[in-house]
Amino acid sequence: MLRYTEYPPKGYRVRVSTYWWTGRWAYLKFILRELSSLFVAWFVLETLLQIHALIGGSSAYADFQAFLRQPVVIVLNVISLFFVLLHVVTWFNLAPKAIAIRLGGKRLPSLAIAGSNYVAWVVASVVVAWLVLRG
Amino acid sequence: MAKRSNEPFLWLLFSAGGVVAALLIPIQLFLFALAFPLGWLHAPGYDQVLALARSLLGRAYLLILCILPLFHWAHRFRYTLYDGLQIKHLNELVNTVCYGGATVGAIAAAYLIWRIP
Repeated sequence: MLRYTEYPPKGYRVRVSTYWWTGRWAYLKFILRELSSLFVAWFVLETLLQIHALIGGSSAYADFQAFLRQPVVIVLNVISLFFVLLHVVTWFNLAPKAIAIRLGGKRLPSLAIAGSNYVAWVVASVVVAWLVLRG
Repeated sequence: MAKRSNEPFLWLLFSAGGVVAALLIPIQLFLFALAFPLGWLHAPGYDQVLALARSLLGRAYLLILCILPLFHWAHRFRYTLYDGLQIKHLNELVNTVCYGGATVGAIAAAYLIWRIP
């Protein structure tokens, strides 16, 4: 019986370079997409630090705002936004492959599924921005 | 009978975290990490941010915003290391660091959000 094993069976194997993903743009794009998770984690850490500052009172909060204004932190956050947007685009464009909705026996076109994801994204962003900015 | 895999559960967390990360992180990051520090938009004051964060809805929002993306990171980063660096011999360590790190982060998040005055 065939059994799933985590490793390929022993025997002849072609050595793959550790830098296999540098050879082609598609491979590099894949690795960049996968690396977006690091910036997602950085965002969570930053948010937790912000909550920690919020607990610490208004002067601790002001200190944290000063930290966010440091050029190094700004640059890191610009890079983070780039990677998070890469995550958004790749995630929503893959959604039609993961979600198969059938309506009247026909599969809903990819564009409708990806499109509804983008609409949800805009709506969520507007709601968050409105709540934070309404003053 | 084969041992039941917990992979589907971890994938579900990865997937849910991916949706939350895609929908909410760009606007959060843009406002709090760029637009406010750079003065593009008028930043809400301490009291206003506190009022938003301390409400029941605010706490639930922050909990989801922090915890699910952490498990998204854990799962995706685990496979990034697996595929990218081919460190299969360190599998156990990588799994512990990724899922363990996300669990510790989730507990820290829950504690901090609970402590918001």
